[in-house]
Amino acid sequence: MNAVDMRSVSRATEPEALATERPRGRTPAWWGMVLLITTEVVLFAVLLASYFFVQFTTEGPWPPGGIRTPELRLPLIMTVLLLSSSAPMAWADRAIRRGYQGQLAAGLALALLLGAAFLTLQGIEYDTKLAEFTWTSYAYGSLFYAITGFHGFHVAAGLFMIGFTLVGTLRGRYTYERHERVRQVAFYWHAIDGLWILILSSLYLSPHV
Amino acid sequence: MTVKPDTTTAASAPRAADDAVGERLSETWPEEHGLWAWFTTVDHKKIGRRYMVTAAAYFVLAGVAALVMRTQLAGPNGDVVDPELFDQLFSLHGTAMIFLFATPMLFGFGNFLVPLMLGTRDMAFPRLNAFGYWVFAAAGILMFGSLLFEAAPNAGWFAYVPLSGSDHSPGYNLDVYTLGLLFLGVSTTAGAINFIVTALKLRAPGMSLNRVPVFVWAIVVTSFMVIFALPPLNVANAMLFLDRRFGTNFFDTAEGGDAVLWQHLFWLFGHPDVYIIVLPALGIVSAIVPTFSRRAIAAYPLIVLATVATGIISFGVWVHHMFAVGLPDLSLTFFSAASLIITVPAGIQVFCWLGTMLMGRLVLNVAMLWVLGFIVLFVLGGVTGVMFAIVPFDQQTTDSYFVVAHFHYVLFGGAVFPIIAGLFYWWPKFTGRMTSRRGGLWSFWLTFAGFNLAFFPMHISGLLGMPRRIYVYPGDTGWTVWNLLSTLGAYLLTVGLLVTLGTLVHSLRRGERATDDPWGGETLEWAATSPPKVYNLPVIPTAHSLTPMWDERSLASFTDGIADDERVLAHQHAVLRTSELDGRLEHPPLEMPEDSPLPLVVAASLFAGTLALLLGWYEGTLVLLVAVAALCWWLWPHRSPIPEDGADGGGGQT
Ligand code: HEM
Repeated sequence: MNAVDMRSVSRATEPEALATERPRGRTPAWWGMVLLITTEVVLFAVLLASYFFVQFTTEGPWPPGGIRTPELRLPLIMTVLLLSSSAPMAWADRAIRRGYQGQLAAGLALALLLGAAFLTLQGIEYDTKLAEFTWTSYAYGSLFYAITGFHGFHVAAGLFMIGFTLVGTLRGRYTYERHERVRQVAFYWHAIDGLWILILSSLYLSPHV
Repeated sequence: MTVKPDTTTAASAPRAADDAVGERLSETWPEEHGLWAWFTTVDHKKIGRRYMVTAAAYFVLAGVAALVMRTQLAGPNGDVVDPELFDQLFSLHGTAMIFLFATPMLFGFGNFLVPLMLGTRDMAFPRLNAFGYWVFAAAGILMFGSLLFEAAPNAGWFAYVPLSGSDHSPGYNLDVYTLGLLFLGVSTTAGAINFIVTALKLRAPGMSLNRVPVFVWAIVVTSFMVIFALPPLNVANAMLFLDRRFGTNFFDTAEGGDAVLWQHLFWLFGHPDVYIIVLPALGIVSAIVPTFSRRAIAAYPLIVLATVATGIISFGVWVHHMFAVGLPDLSLTFFSAASLIITVPAGIQVFCWLGTMLMGRLVLNVAMLWVLGFIVLFVLGGVTGVMFAIVPFDQQTTDSYFVVAHFHYVLFGGAVFPIIAGLFYWWPKFTGRMTSRRGGLWSFWLTFAGFNLAFFPMHISGLLGMPRRIYVYPGDTGWTVWNLLSTLGAYLLTVGLLVTLGTLVHSLRRGERATDDPWGGETLEWAATSPPKVYNLPVIPTAHSLTPMWDERSLASFTDGIADDERVLAHQHAVLRTSELDGRLEHPPLEMPEDSPLPLVVAASLFAGTLALLLGWYEGTLVLLVAVAALCWWLWPHRSPIPEDGADGGGGQT
């Protein structure tokens, strides 16, 4: 290689030049979202730990006081709905990184629908449960409604965020170059979905074991 | 080994840079005045100062509560206050000192100093930062205000159930406690996330993790602890509120709940919280000791590892607050061992400071004097702490004044002394004025003597069997003389603190003007003017060592940077972004938000919502919709001239 080539090669590979072409590294907002999710996960972990703590210090059957072991049909359908909503979310996130705004909007809308369906079913689930026991029925009832309710609240918040992002998308605010927000909302949504698996296992599946 | 160079010629490099580019920078980072600016500012220095002033005000209020208690206890059968008020006084005093004074005060230091020490221009999320301050200030108003309605928390600072349940504690008192702390938790969590992200992403180029000042490390470790420790507290408080207000049964043993669950959750937070308070204070000490020993901190990697280790181990010791509850022996043994082990990293830190002083040239300045006082008190508090780790000893002394003595040595000695040391040390940077040495000496010796007179006798009255949290005691117990001494000590301590305050206020009015770097400090905050300009440093330097102010190459980067647009960054309201581990420059710079009323609006609406919930006016919580609307405006993806990061394989968009 001659001298001129060397110079242009080194210029093109200098950190600055490379960085301009391929921005790398995580942004502050990325870290902010990761930390927010971390503290939320700890929150749910503490709630579930409290649930098991109370279960293990309770003598006799669990759930106590003649409350039936939870039925699984509806919760499993809810699980399928919520988990499958992560797919369009991931798809939307991938799409906008390539600049496809239409796909972004479609993905968000689909996730929104699936999440809303989950919440609706949770309403129905509560309706049948409340006929059987309420949040004042033993510590069990308190924990059951607190944990599922708090999660449901997070789903609602997540849906609001998705809706908010969808509005932004329809206004053309997310592009090939600006789409960080989409990724953060997706993170949050996946975290809520993941937490549901823990809740399903603890509150619905574990009493069957 | 790095020692402070004797020549100070190079230290004028930042000044030269400021003369060259300061004017241009003031256009993008203008100094705003007036009422609107006061309510909307997002400048980390203003917010940091506010945190400190507000926390100091809450310290005074909580201190007055303590003085009333000490007056009541000066002799047997005191009748200054009735038992109902006494309960509120000690509960409010403890809760406020921990939640409204210690942590916010240290967050104030962090807010002011972390961006400066890292060589950047603001926190990563400036508006979130402002929001955190407003929430904290409002939480304090709620807690102290409740005293006016005799509705202040009254079940001790750890509010054990069933005492704190609605059967035994009707009234709003404990709702103030649970909701107040939940509300405050929002601020603490937001602040913690902000510190971590700032330290990860906004460091000056070249500042790899092994060049990050110990103080910043301490703040970061503390923040991680907040992320993991606050959720248990929040869950516990939410459950207690629901139990009290909506008839749930989390802690109601008659309905299958568990009262010990509260204790586990509370101390799972509570013990880490002790270190959440103490670690940043130790960080202040680690910042002061090198400057006045004229050499870099000894065994830097060890002290950083010790800080991290303390943070981690502190999550494994909570049960030592519950040795007397009747838990299985095996768990007592485990937690006893862990509690002994945690003294090791604390010991390492002490030896690092001592080593630094021994190997350096000690300059006995006022700030350093407070540090030495701290070391003495902290070691004393540590010794009684190790005693509690021994289960049988703990079971004998728990809930006695011995405990009160112990934790004041750790918390007052371990946090307030470093805080005051830090105030004297950074006062020139905070305010642009020097403090009087004479005033400083008086303030130290009076406070030190008063502190020991107030709290040392409590060890003895405790061993003589005096329980904590009693509002009167009979005259024939042999406690009288020790209590009288304590009370006299508390008054002397008050005099000392007033002299401290007087010295600082005097400096504001009459103090000599401070130079940029009056002590010859080693970290980057000393490169800024005193007080710093809105933009902090005129040129973003390159950090070539742990002690950039003492090394020629880092200093030279100030003058070299004058011609470099990227390092001056005068054409946009932005900061540099660097990689997490090595501090390598990343592109593009990060755009910073302008002043905004949104943080105040969101905080105010959250506060109003909390009040509505507290008073049981549930329709009133609809005011939270204002917060939601404001957040939408806040987070709306506005168009911006600077492209953001993340365009994988994106073409050059400069
Ligand atoms: C200003 C000087 C101070 C004085 C004179 C003082 C005095 C007292 C007194 C008399 C009590 C009540 C003891 C009892 O009745 O059981 C107390 C409790 C307490 N203090 Fe202090 N204190 C001071 C500073 C501090 C500081 C700086 C902190 C923490 C950062 C602190 C944290 C506590 C805590 C957590 C309690 C326990 C409250 C409870 O029993 O629930 N104090 N203090």
